[in-house]
Amino acid sequence: MGFDAATAAVQAALDAGARYADARVMHRRYESMSARNGDVEELAQHESIGLGVRALVGSGWGFHAVPELSDAAARDAGRRAAAIATASARVPGPPIDLVPVDAAVASWASDCAVDPLGVPLSDKGDLLVGATATMREHGADLAEGLYQIWDTTKWFVSSEGHRIDQHIRECGGGISATSIGDGETQRRSYPSYRGQYGTTGWELVTSLDLAAHAARIAEESRELLTAPECPAGETDLILGGEQLALQIHESVGHAIELDRILGWEAAFAGTSWLDLARLGSLRYGSELMNVTIDPTIPGALGSFGFDDEGSPAVARDAVREGRWVGVLAGRDSAAVAGLGYGGSVRADGWARLPMVRMTNVGLEPGPHTLDEIIAATDDGVLMDVNRSWSIDDKRLNFQFGCEVGWEVRNGRRGRMLRNPTYTGIGPVFWRSMDMLSSETVAWGTPNCGKGQPGQIGHTGHPAAPARFRGVRVGVRA
Amino acid sequence: MSEGTERDLAARVVELVRRVAGPAAQAEVLVTRSDLALTRFANSFIHQNVAETGTTVQLRLHVDGRTAAGGSSRVDPDGLAALVERTRAAARLAPPDPAWPGLTAPAPTPAGRPVDEATAFASPDERAARVRAFVDAVEGLEAAGYCRTSYRSGAFANSAGHSAVGRAAEAAMDGIARAGGADGVARHSADRLADLEGAVLGARAAAKARAATDPIELPPGRYEVVLEPAAVADLLQNLAWYGFNGKRYAERQSFAEPGVAQFDPAVTLVDDPLHASTLPFDLEGTARRALPLVEAGTTRAVAHDRRSGAEVGAGSTGHGMAGGSTFGPIPRNVRLLPADRAADVSVGAAAVGAGVTGAVGDPDTAALVAGVRRGLLVSDFWYTRVLDPKQLVVTGLTRNGVWLVEDGVPTRAVRDFRFTESYPRALGPGRVLGLGRSPVRQPDRSDGSWCEAPTVRLSSWNFTGGASG
Repeated sequence: MGFDAATAAVQAALDAGARYADARVMHRRYESMSARNGDVEELAQHESIGLGVRALVGSGWGFHAVPELSDAAARDAGRRAAAIATASARVPGPPIDLVPVDAAVASWASDCAVDPLGVPLSDKGDLLVGATATMREHGADLAEGLYQIWDTTKWFVSSEGHRIDQHIRECGGGISATSIGDGETQRRSYPSYRGQYGTTGWELVTSLDLAAHAARIAEESRELLTAPECPAGETDLILGGEQLALQIHESVGHAIELDRILGWEAAFAGTSWLDLARLGSLRYGSELMNVTIDPTIPGALGSFGFDDEGSPAVARDAVREGRWVGVLAGRDSAAVAGLGYGGSVRADGWARLPMVRMTNVGLEPGPHTLDEIIAATDDGVLMDVNRSWSIDDKRLNFQFGCEVGWEVRNGRRGRMLRNPTYTGIGPVFWRSMDMLSSETVAWGTPNCGKGQPGQIGHTGHPAAPARFRGVRVGVRA
Repeated sequence: MSEGTERDLAARVVELVRRVAGPAAQAEVLVTRSDLALTRFANSFIHQNVAETGTTVQLRLHVDGRTAAGGSSRVDPDGLAALVERTRAAARLAPPDPAWPGLTAPAPTPAGRPVDEATAFASPDERAARVRAFVDAVEGLEAAGYCRTSYRSGAFANSAGHSAVGRAAEAAMDGIARAGGADGVARHSADRLADLEGAVLGARAAAKARAATDPIELPPGRYEVVLEPAAVADLLQNLAWYGFNGKRYAERQSFAEPGVAQFDPAVTLVDDPLHASTLPFDLEGTARRALPLVEAGTTRAVAHDRRSGAEVGAGSTGHGMAGGSTFGPIPRNVRLLPADRAADVSVGAAAVGAGVTGAVGDPDTAALVAGVRRGLLVSDFWYTRVLDPKQLVVTGLTRNGVWLVEDGVPTRAVRDFRFTESYPRALGPGRVLGLGRSPVRQPDRSDGSWCEAPTVRLSSWNFTGGASG
């Protein structure tokens, strides 16, 4: 049924004058449960199915989405997409080409040992209730737990002959403890705020062993209330892997999105400090910096078989030995830029236009361990687990806050520090990275916002602890 | 589909629940049909142009002391039956919910504003025409932004016999002009597409972009500021999310203290959904109404849904929303009332662009800037994130234009700053030096959510970093 509706929509768009069209039927089931202070707070299950069709008329795109899969509804959507594309010609742009891609006829499914929707709700509820109750017993004023599950099947058809179906299962979860003092709150989370996620089954959540970490983070959140403030000044900064994953996401992943570089996101998400004329030559970071775009990593949250315009998942370099060499691209943006590859276009559901999105953008492992990095640091601060993130519209000037910091003195981890923040300029920061751990985790970010209308993307970020020299820390109001 | 169709669907789901879960089951159902369209432009051409039609059914079920919620885009009989079965099964397995606040009792619902049909079902050509006008008005600069129209028709029903219906339409336009790396912005939402003038907005954005070229870098520090409505909207959104949120208040994570003079006497904030076209009821069927949050500087109330209201012994204020159990009830239509309450009407697109002179885009801002001996005029804030929710300490950046003001006159464009500031403190007693008279309604990222504010002059804003770090 999915292929039939998508095929009808594509044909109707072609009949209405499109020179290219593609359509995605998506069926998504979503389940989430949150718990607070030992009770389940919310259990929600949603099901959504529909079709989105994209038509190219002349140099104008049009997109229309409907929640019905009947032949008539699909054809009507195709015609409407073509009509919208025609209206785009009132404010036309340059001619649009699409970089070539083989017209795949294929099926793909993500690895999944334990179907997360098949795990009894009572078991999942017991996990969150138990962990949040433990956090309360260990001093948290507010103990929260959450899991989320997405089960998506999609059928893709293009006027070039693509016919691809994919079944992608994603899930994850986490716990957070908040302690409330006079005029401030302190939070500790495990493994990160709102959790760790992957394109995998419930085995990911099981492996996190949330219950085993509940008491520790509750106690740490309370300890933070009386911990000394992170000092202000310039120092050596050691970032834990979870925080480094977000640093990659914000200051590398978004910066290498080709639609931003081309100005297509100028009014909202912003542009990029990167200039295509320097692709292949620009020094992005130190020689330890090797960043890949790799949607083939098993279990990582940004993995798939094919992107949402039918390009197969292929691993590419984004930064090699500190030099910028690759971008996240789609077929049309790549053609505009004179590049030969797309492969990074995805849509948040059937009702949204596919656009350039991160897949798995992460650092290759380095030669060190976290213990070695700490041992090699005379005077610095170790920060971990993100609490706040902010970066400018060119992806240069950032400021991050973490949940927790520790003094590092004479090669040893010392006192806990509260309200740790750091700030900098992307390439200056990345050029200062002089130690990188091999202890890589493919962190998942399930809440990447982009696009108008808004879309939520799921991205993966392999990352390990690393050290940066001479970073400004301790910014406060 | 008509309003009646949504009403029939909602009633059908309530009846299905009765059959599947028995007469004691408590169910509330919201059916929303939406027609959303957005024409997006960049590099002065339309590059993304989308429309979607859809209907969603949201069901919350409380049975045998347990609660579950579900939703679906499938409105055929099989889809509705599956939704009810799935939610019933989930409720059976859910733990007891002793804090269940019960259903909204039958009560009249306000009619809401009339829907402008021309906006509700505007064609892609009509949106493209406004984009064309915006692009033409920037006269050779690069233009980027969007023109959006939306329509929603909703019906609520619950098993206590309460029902409500409503319709809403909204139009919004948000664009920048780009001049050699400097951007200027113009942004406006209205009940009628006809009230959005692409040419006026484009001219304003272009004038500000031209005035923002060749910026200097100033040292970080505290500056007096004049914040234009787009920047003020960011303050209001964060105050709403983190402060006037009944769940966060109950958790002691909010700064809000009702009855305490926490703000400057010039500050009066009202969450006022019926000030614009809107569905006149919330997810729980409670009638939406104006909620005074701050009156002349004194905090008066926070927003509640039925659950958070029950927790603190108050009733719902009509702020039930999807995800509210997790994120809390959040005011989504906050107005900062202007200096001259008698002129309490938001300005139209023409007034948004009136008095275009460059950095100072309107007479309202000009009057406030004129009083500044040395300070900054700020158009917009970007990527603001909370460092400390209790004190609402926020970091973020300026965007779309900053100017040094000396002796009442913008003298130089300034490069963007990073700031780290407590929003309630910045608006605290003695800190508000002036309010404009002409509020502008600013669109949010999704339809139905907006802020309305005039330009504001504040005594101090903490800029903690310059463009170079």
